[in-house]
Amino acid sequence: MSLKHKDLLSLAPLSVAEIRLILETADSFKEVTGREIKKVPALRGRTVVNLFFEPSTRTRTSFELAAKRLSADVINFSPSSSSVVKGETLLDTARNIEAMQADIIVLRHPSAGAAEALARGVKSSVINAGDGWHEHPTQGLLDLYTIRERGLSFEGLKVAIVGDVAHSRVARSNIHALVKLGAEVRVVGPPTMMPAGVDKLGVRVYYHLDEALRGVQVIMMLRLQLERQGRALFPTIREYARLYGLTAERVKLADPGVIVMHPGPINRGVEIAPEVADSLSSVILDQVANGVAVRMGILYLMSGAN
Amino acid sequence: MAIHIVGGHVIDPGRFNGVADVLIEEGRIVAVGPNLKAPAGATKIDAKGRLVLPGFVDLHVHFREPGFEYKESIQSGAAAAVAGGFTSVCCMPNTNPVNDNQAITELMLERARAAGLANVFPIGAITKGSEGKELAEIGDLRRAGCVAISDDGKPVMNSLVMRRAMEYALAFDVPVVDHCEDLHLAEGGCMNEGVISTELGLPGMPSAAEDVMVARNVALAELTGARLHLAHISTEGSARMVREAKSRGLKVTAEACPHHFTITEETVRGYNTYAKMNPPLRTWKDVQAIKDGLRDGTIDVIATDHAPHATQEKQLGFAEAPFGIVGLETALPLTLALVEEGVLSLEAAVDKLSTAPAKVFGLAKGTLAVGADADVTIVDQQEQWEVDPAKFFSKSRNTPFAGWKVKGRVRTTIVGGRVVFEASQAEG
Repeated sequence: MSLKHKDLLSLAPLSVAEIRLILETADSFKEVTGREIKKVPALRGRTVVNLFFEPSTRTRTSFELAAKRLSADVINFSPSSSSVVKGETLLDTARNIEAMQADIIVLRHPSAGAAEALARGVKSSVINAGDGWHEHPTQGLLDLYTIRERGLSFEGLKVAIVGDVAHSRVARSNIHALVKLGAEVRVVGPPTMMPAGVDKLGVRVYYHLDEALRGVQVIMMLRLQLERQGRALFPTIREYARLYGLTAERVKLADPGVIVMHPGPINRGVEIAPEVADSLSSVILDQVANGVAVRMGILYLMSGAN
Repeated sequence: MAIHIVGGHVIDPGRFNGVADVLIEEGRIVAVGPNLKAPAGATKIDAKGRLVLPGFVDLHVHFREPGFEYKESIQSGAAAAVAGGFTSVCCMPNTNPVNDNQAITELMLERARAAGLANVFPIGAITKGSEGKELAEIGDLRRAGCVAISDDGKPVMNSLVMRRAMEYALAFDVPVVDHCEDLHLAEGGCMNEGVISTELGLPGMPSAAEDVMVARNVALAELTGARLHLAHISTEGSARMVREAKSRGLKVTAEACPHHFTITEETVRGYNTYAKMNPPLRTWKDVQAIKDGLRDGTIDVIATDHAPHATQEKQLGFAEAPFGIVGLETALPLTLALVEEGVLSLEAAVDKLSTAPAKVFGLAKGTLAVGADADVTIVDQQEQWEVDPAKFFSKSRNTPFAGWKVKGRVRTTIVGGRVVFEASQAEG
């Protein structure tokens, strides 16, 4: 079995079998990343271009490491954010890159739909590394991998996604995948941060964190964009932290074996208390480690699909 | 020069509906009736099996001149108009510079005369530079030839300024046109707010952003007694409020655009920038409400909001691409689809494209009465064709209807007694 798609733009159109294939492929690469020589020749001679229109350290590094461990040639291309402004189309930039025989383009872009537009315009495979508020499919997949690694099964799994769901591409990717896999997904945050009609995506909406955490096996915290204060989404960081911050007390409301996740970078003391971030329940660093293995799996499958 | 239009199905809404000849002499309609005798040398147009209609009047177009001629000029816009059966068009003032003074108005009229195609009626700005602060010289604009005032695309957010504009306009009996959008509520949105904007991760504009301003404008029309015309209403709420305002006898009129009664926000999927316009495509429920509004007379007028943009502008990301689509060359078949569907009678459809808009802006157009300007559109109601933007007369190609198989085509357009468009030639 292989991935039938040229691109990985969103988790919404993937089948359960395809998601499982990606996770299983990542298993074998997880083993590679544990070796002393963390390198296999699978993508030797292939070129992967990281095209990042938004500053990102961890996602870009993770993709770079994944590609290098597969022996691919990696180019990092970070156009200044000024070139995103009107007058220069993304497609022109990408066609230039394609002309240099890139096999896979990994795109991070501030605009929702950028990856889809790019994928339509180039023959290279496109991996969406985050487009606006739309999706961040590889983050969703590494989150699934981390849950699965803890021995949790998705069917009936109770997951709370906490915070600014409206502006979160991580939340959207996780919602699509978890709902598809049969999990019971709760989203919780202030009503100002719940996107219109989110319940129609198959999740239950909560406004009170304590209520939402009851009995969940997974808590997925979202990063609060601190600069959103002052735009009438929440009154103060202080009140946000009091209402939606994950404290050790609150973790006790969840299932005793609960795991706490966060896509990073974390705001300690805002959405997550330091003692929770550093606790045994926290799998935040496992997420980072798994990110490399999952992205190796994705790059491997995508190159085979070409 | 006389023109004898023979044997067509003549519809002059509220006045005549049946098979007749139409005789045109010296730029005017001189007779409508069966078996007319034409003077020697008259040009004969065989209209058997075709509709003979008063030329369409579009209250809402953007011809981009001066300032953005690469998108559309008055010449190319007028060519698109007559190809779509529109003999009169009203040009919004969001040019560069803004049409907020008589010099710009005169320039637009001069360019229109030079083009010699459609009648062009400029709409003046409400405020200087359409900045929503100080009133433009509305008296001068009126005298120079503006037929309405609007800050279209830039709604007048300050309610006091809007009140003063409506009051001031009373002295000139000029309609005040508003694009109803609360800019704070819409806050950077680029499509209708709902589950689709949520899935696509695009900032949404809620229906309420339109409804709030419709409510405000109706209240101000009641306060001032002004003639209020609501541009491109797109929501169930707007339709309901206009219906209510009319039932109370307020001087409120409204227009709807073909895209708002034909397609929904679903069209945005795939980040289709040709489905990006303002107001945005709404839900199926809103589409039904707009149709109901057209059916029961709540919505007086069908206008296109013809908004040309260059290809490279629509190739930007969805959020960055400009709002707007071209509409002049697709409005007729999309309106006739409402006739097929039973939403409008044929006569009501012609009324909304022609007679009603002329009445709303007080233009001596939209009729085939004896003595009227000879602006006539001859239509083959049955002809099927495929929308091919490459064949548009407009300079721009931004339409979501490319590839649509549609029915109903303009065959001949006559403006002021002169044939300015013939489909067969255009196709040759």
